[in-house]
Amino acid sequence: MMTNHGSRITQGTFSFLPDLSDEQITKQIQYCLKNGWALNVEFTDDPHPRNTYWEMWGIPMFDIKDAAAILYETNQCRKAYPSHYIRLTAFDSTRGTESVKLSFIVNRPKNEPGFRLVRQEVEGRHVRYTLQSYAADQPEGERYR
Amino acid sequence: MTEASENNIGIPARDAVAKPAPDDTPVDLEAAFRDSQVQEVLDKLDRELVGLKPVKTRIREIAALLLVDRLRRQLGLTTDTPTLHMSFTGNPGTGKTTVALRMAEILHRLGYVRQGHLVAVTRDDLVGQYIGHTAPKTKEVLKRAMGGVLFIDEAYYLYRPENERDYGQESIEILLQVMENNRDDLVVILAGYKDKMDRFFLSNPGMRSRIAHHLDFPDYAAEELMGIASLMLEQVQYRFSPQAEAAFQDYIRRRMRMPHFANARSIRNALDRARLRQANRLFARADGHLTKRDLMLLEPDDIVASRVFREGVPDEQRPDSAME
Ligand SMILES: Nc1ncnc2c1ncn2[C@@H]1O[C@H](COP(=O)(O)OP(=O)(O)OP(=O)(O)O)[C@@H](O)[C@H]1O
Ligand SMILES: [Mg+2]
Repeated sequence: MMTNHGSRITQGTFSFLPDLSDEQITKQIQYCLKNGWALNVEFTDDPHPRNTYWEMWGIPMFDIKDAAAILYETNQCRKAYPSHYIRLTAFDSTRGTESVKLSFIVNRPKNEPGFRLVRQEVEGRHVRYTLQSYAADQPEGERYR
Repeated sequence: MTEASENNIGIPARDAVAKPAPDDTPVDLEAAFRDSQVQEVLDKLDRELVGLKPVKTRIREIAALLLVDRLRRQLGLTTDTPTLHMSFTGNPGTGKTTVALRMAEILHRLGYVRQGHLVAVTRDDLVGQYIGHTAPKTKEVLKRAMGGVLFIDEAYYLYRPENERDYGQESIEILLQVMENNRDDLVVILAGYKDKMDRFFLSNPGMRSRIAHHLDFPDYAAEELMGIASLMLEQVQYRFSPQAEAAFQDYIRRRMRMPHFANARSIRNALDRARLRQANRLFARADGHLTKRDLMLLEPDDIVASRVFREGVPDEQRPDSAME
């Protein structure tokens, strides 16, 4: 199905690759830290592509020297939300940039049913298209088990 | 979710255990020692820190242990990650913070901490003011210290038995957990006075059992303090005139007997005040013929003007009296 390629959501960097191991995640984190970016753990069970703002797990982490600290928080988040989507975002606060430089998924549910393509017929035989997540039919917190 | 190991694109695990080698595989301890460049740090320690014999010996022993541990690992022998959490006990100004900094460097060179920085904190940085404040605060500090050394000064203030609702206990519990589970990620050094620290360990056996090395920092003898003074002056390119040196020796002997004596820190403070007096002496001089030597030389006047000589009271007792 074109709306659920490989039964996996592909958002952010590396999302067409197999899941990164913790070791590979650690290397990416260390790369971000080396560039002076602040990392942030975010999670959601509403992975609609237009849902830009995921929930924050704590505040963005500044003044961190070693990747172990970020992995520690990632694991805390995984423990609390084992079948949510969890991503790391790296924020570059340099003046003039002030935006996310890297964002990648570090946890995802076992089953990802994907999205339903909804067609709405409107005046003059026009069709409007939109996506709806199958999982989002369930209330928040009950979507992926 | 796919199994993590399936996705590993060939990156070997850190400190991967090698295949067992035959028992008669030669081992070049000397070369390993040279390669680690730990000698450099140990030499610097010897050069820049006067005295502290027992501490230096312990540090050498720890370095040797870690080096052997690393060689064993390379030869495929079983090794647990050694516990490296330490306690530094001693009176004020005996060099605990200074040595902790060096320790971070040594552990970094031997590959036991990845970044080698030191985060120094006290109770206030770890313990919060209200319910729910302590855990995030303590974790914040622990995260900052990961990859390096966390130095907790006057650690015993974390534990206040007289107040059963004190949040310090919560902080201790998080520390214990991370000290155990994240042994690869950070080394914790607890510091403080010996008697208070002993009492702290008595009431926190969990903490005691996680500390592998107890280092005791002795008070300095008068000659050592003089050595420290010379070293400190050298670093800022000052020196004593011969008479001033005698005066300072006298100063040390008197100051040591007075209250609030803080070993090397008292020496540093005394030298700072001597420099202040020297500057004022130079200004007050009528002739105005100064040479470079005058700017470097401390004279007896700069020392005997101290209240230690005139009233038998340390200057620092009254901060406003530094000029007297
Ligand atoms: N053996 C030494 N040789 C040279 N300088 C020293 C020595 N010991 C301490 N000093 C100097 O004395 C000062 C105080 O040392 P430091 O801060 O390490 O003491 P401390 O034991 O941490 O004291 P406190 O318990 O009060 O925190 C520092 O400026 C340090 O450079
Ligand atoms: Mg100190």
